[in-house]
Amino acid sequence: MGKKELGLLVLVLVIGGITTALNPRFLSAVNLLNMANLIGLFGVFSIGQGLVIITGGIDLAVGSMFALLGVMFIDLLANHGLAWPLALLAVLLGGLLIGSLHGLLVTRAGLQPFVVTLCGLLIYRGAARYYTGDATIGFGYTDGLDSVTWLASGRSFGVPNPFLILVVVASVMSVVLHRSVFGRYLFAVGRNEEAARYSGIRTGLVVAGAYVLAGGLAGISTVLLVFYTNSVSPSAFGSFYELYAIAAAVLGGCSLRGGEGSILGIVLGTVLLQILQNLVNILGIPSSLNFAVMGGVILLGALADQELARRAKVGAAGRA
Amino acid sequence: MIAPLLELEGISKSYPGVRALDGVSLWLGRGEVLGLIGENGAGKSTLMRVLGGVVRPDAGRIGLDGRVRAHLTVADAQTAGVAFVHQELSMFDNLDAAANVLIGRENLRAGPLRLVDRRACRDRVAPLLERLGADFGPDAPVARLSIAQRQLVEIARALSVDARIIILDEPTSSLTLSETDRLLAIVATLRAAGTGIIYITHRLGEVVTCADRVLCLRDGRVAGELPREEIAHAAMTRLMIGRDLQSLYNPPAGLPGDGGLQLQDLVTTAFPDRSASLHARPGEILGLAGLVGSGRTSLARAVFGIEPALSGSIHLDGNPVRIGSPRDAIARGLYLVPEDRKRSGLVLDMPIAQNVTLPALNGHAWMGLISPASEAQAGEAQRTALRIKAPNAAVQVVTLSGGNQQKVVLGRWLSLAPRAIVFDEPTRGVDVGAKGEIYALMRALADRGVAVLMISSDMEEVIGVSDRVAVMHEGRVAGTLERGELSEAAVLHLAIGQAA
Repeated sequence: MGKKELGLLVLVLVIGGITTALNPRFLSAVNLLNMANLIGLFGVFSIGQGLVIITGGIDLAVGSMFALLGVMFIDLLANHGLAWPLALLAVLLGGLLIGSLHGLLVTRAGLQPFVVTLCGLLIYRGAARYYTGDATIGFGYTDGLDSVTWLASGRSFGVPNPFLILVVVASVMSVVLHRSVFGRYLFAVGRNEEAARYSGIRTGLVVAGAYVLAGGLAGISTVLLVFYTNSVSPSAFGSFYELYAIAAAVLGGCSLRGGEGSILGIVLGTVLLQILQNLVNILGIPSSLNFAVMGGVILLGALADQELARRAKVGAAGRA
Repeated sequence: MIAPLLELEGISKSYPGVRALDGVSLWLGRGEVLGLIGENGAGKSTLMRVLGGVVRPDAGRIGLDGRVRAHLTVADAQTAGVAFVHQELSMFDNLDAAANVLIGRENLRAGPLRLVDRRACRDRVAPLLERLGADFGPDAPVARLSIAQRQLVEIARALSVDARIIILDEPTSSLTLSETDRLLAIVATLRAAGTGIIYITHRLGEVVTCADRVLCLRDGRVAGELPREEIAHAAMTRLMIGRDLQSLYNPPAGLPGDGGLQLQDLVTTAFPDRSASLHARPGEILGLAGLVGSGRTSLARAVFGIEPALSGSIHLDGNPVRIGSPRDAIARGLYLVPEDRKRSGLVLDMPIAQNVTLPALNGHAWMGLISPASEAQAGEAQRTALRIKAPNAAVQVVTLSGGNQQKVVLGRWLSLAPRAIVFDEPTRGVDVGAKGEIYALMRALADRGVAVLMISSDMEEVIGVSDRVAVMHEGRVAGTLERGELSEAAVLHLAIGQAA
């Protein structure tokens, strides 16, 4: 565990402690399980966002992808009677496809990630709304969904499945990012693309790979989110979620300049965000202040981080 | 004697380990063109930085604008009317010519908003451009101007502040012949108007054409001065050279073999209408000399696949190879130690070991997963073999000195199987001790049968280290000198485009 992750963990514990002191219900089983569920839902795609940010890019489209893939998923199951494993596969492939498209546009066409995914944000949202004629779409009386419903929103050993899925995804991605050749290339390309190219790394492929992975994780998240709400209203579903993901990644130590970050950090960032959301509810803070609290804490975190980095620099200079 | 505009006396400046300027004196009169010559690293740029107020000299006096000072600030230089036309033009190419000329001194409209009065700006700049014979107007976007036209914008900027001293730093390095002639004509007009001009160039022919006097720097000192009637190529080259540079030489273990790295009629983007051929044989160090901008780095980039060659062929050990990317080059054992190691050679905030293994990471991995032990071992092996000054291979490269960073770049290639290595300015920013070690490593590589091509602008290095030297001039290899023929004069003659 690096310094950043440790600092974040301390922050999580401190804020959790204060909230508990003000309202002990924070630590009740119901509340904890509810938070675990949300952490699972948000964590999976935040990890994808983190990978993209590590390459020096950004993914603004992920929230709209949920809407488009979500309406497709329900439509395939409810109106076309597709077996759920096939529908799940279709959504996963859809995510991978959109991710590859982003990757191609960024690396081959040379467009800026911000522009590519901003267009994605607008296009996928529009496509989703057109798909259903702007109507909310639900499962209705569709049969044969018990097992997938359980998988995406049930519990195992008393723990919400989305949280367990996050644990699995985070473990796998942790190995990919921190132990694999591909992960090393991601950091190298994010930190110094030119030096990476001079080292014989196919930098375009590596960057595109990050978008593909992010797309796949968005596909998984779509299924989890659909069963959390049980219906998709295409104009609102997943909207602003890209910002939650960016916030979690940045809180977790990913630098928007690229080349920095860790899976553990991103997960802890997600945890912190959900605690903040939760404390707004549990402490009776007007829920309209929800975003303001989140923004305020992120800002303070960024300032503290800057200050610590400055002190470390001064300290190092003093020793030299 | 003409009244001096500028008088520098005994200017000295040292950097750690280098004496950049050592008691340099220079004066410049009204309406005089002073040619300033000297090899790369002779101290010309430092001297001009002193004059611009960017570098503070350790000793000496500067007489400028009727005052004598120990050093200048940028503002002092500007108020005294010193203007620079830089080698690498520093322009805002998102703005038009008038905006560039007047940047920071725009005409403003009356009123509280202080908006820029574009028309007044254009009206102010138009006569300046006209005076320079520019074929574009003040509203021309700089992005669409050629290098020569941009230079006129810079000169117009100098005129707009009523510069009394204009310093032209390698003004013709990117100009065509006719553009050069036009620039020289402009220099003549400026001189006639009483402006003092310092003309820095490697192109001695231009000095012969336009200079009233020539000052030559060598190793930070004034090597000599020539009055108008004595300005000639031979006299100038005599001043530029004159050191014994043989001491660095380690003779090779054996005779060079066949094969190695052979470039045939290679055309690069830097000189699309010129081609270069050369042959670095296994077992030898082939120096590649030439002036800055003669196309050496483009050649290296083409060989390594950074910007593939426009035409021509590359042979490695007798076989033609197609190199479309660094990946292709590396796969064939053809490596590059790049000019700018911080930008292209290293990922600075990664540890030594990770930098060493980066080009061959799959060799330290099993099923796509890196073996930390294998990686650490590789890093440690290079750290000890190259005597990199760091407690262990987990140290971040950014904390190392220039020489040790360069050893890390070398380490990554040494841990593989090199057949040919191109070194681009291998000892730039490297301290003297590490320099010697790097030379020894290059020699050891050559003795292992590797073809070593060393691009260098440091004459001492070129002559001291190479077995043979190919000299480039404007995109072509102007000639190749054997060890026995090597002298500064011979290299310089070829580099400035004269037959040896």
